[in-house]
Amino acid sequence: MTGVLPVTLEESRKIVQALLYSGKEYVCLMKLHGNLTEQRVKEVLSEFEDTIYQRPPLRASVKRQLRTRRIYYIDFLEMNGRNVLFKVGCEGGTYIRKLCFDIGEVLGCGAHMQELRRTRAGPFVENGDIVTLHDVAYWFMEWQKQKDEKILRKFIQPMEKALALIPKIYIRDSAVDAVCHGASLTAPGVLSLETGINKDSIIAIFTLKGEAIALAKATASTEEIFKMEHGVVAKTERVLMMRGIYPKCWRSGEI
Amino acid sequence: MPRTIAPWEIKRQLLVKAEDKTNPRYGHKPEERPAEEYIRYGVINLDKPAGPTSHEVAAWVKRILKLQNVGHGGTLEA
Repeated sequence: MTGVLPVTLEESRKIVQALLYSGKEYVCLMKLHGNLTEQRVKEVLSEFEDTIYQRPPLRASVKRQLRTRRIYYIDFLEMNGRNVLFKVGCEGGTYIRKLCFDIGEVLGCGAHMQELRRTRAGPFVENGDIVTLHDVAYWFMEWQKQKDEKILRKFIQPMEKALALIPKIYIRDSAVDAVCHGASLTAPGVLSLETGINKDSIIAIFTLKGEAIALAKATASTEEIFKMEHGVVAKTERVLMMRGIYPKCWRSGEI
Repeated sequence: MPRTIAPWEIKRQLLVKAEDKTNPRYGHKPEERPAEEYIRYGVINLDKPAGPTSHEVAAWVKRILKLQNVGHGGTLEA
């Protein structure tokens, strides 16, 4: 198994949760246990573009109860004898080995996963800023020699990159530190927001400079928040920014 | 089943509710963070080699960069 593995450094570990639930894309080589026509394989692959049921395998790090996962798409790429190559876009936590096994069952002949490469994890893609372990070792050595920050940017992305697919709300400087202390975000602090937010959506709260402040759960939709003049719009779930970077513009209640 | 829209295919628009400026004295644009901070708030889009586990690969990155805490977003072992 090779491919896109986002690695979080120090403080950015706080966004791992957001990455786990993000969608994934794989290129998979599946081996059939019998001879079938390309037509039949394509038909069955498209049947799996649906909500599927999976029980985590014996060797899994999660509770083994039946769960559903969404397969966004399966694109047939090519077939050579019993080897089938396809690309699959799916919800995080989909077991591709299981998927291949199940495809084999439907085909009737059986099948197994031969090779797998992840081509996407949330916003991270294969043909972007992906680097190898060798690149990391090399660029880090160069950075230590030259102390040129451009080198760091060659192999490290700001954690905000990992939040690219999550809808965002941008807030006033004066509201930042309260959120850093875990306060809920209220309507007057909101400057702009992205479309597609629903009640209970996980959103990211950002500063106007584009810094991530926290992950939160929206209490209203984009349209509702846009019209609100007061009241809570999002409940802070995971604070990402350190306290005290922005000025404290709020007062604690009288005791 | 018709093909569903994957999360990365969703297009979002930004709706501006109020205008305000941000004070340059506080914080930094993510790409302008001082080096130390840039690393601490950084993520590496790593191409995992075949063989070692995701966990082992993260441990190597930790050792190469001499950091305390390195994690990974989603095991890549099917």
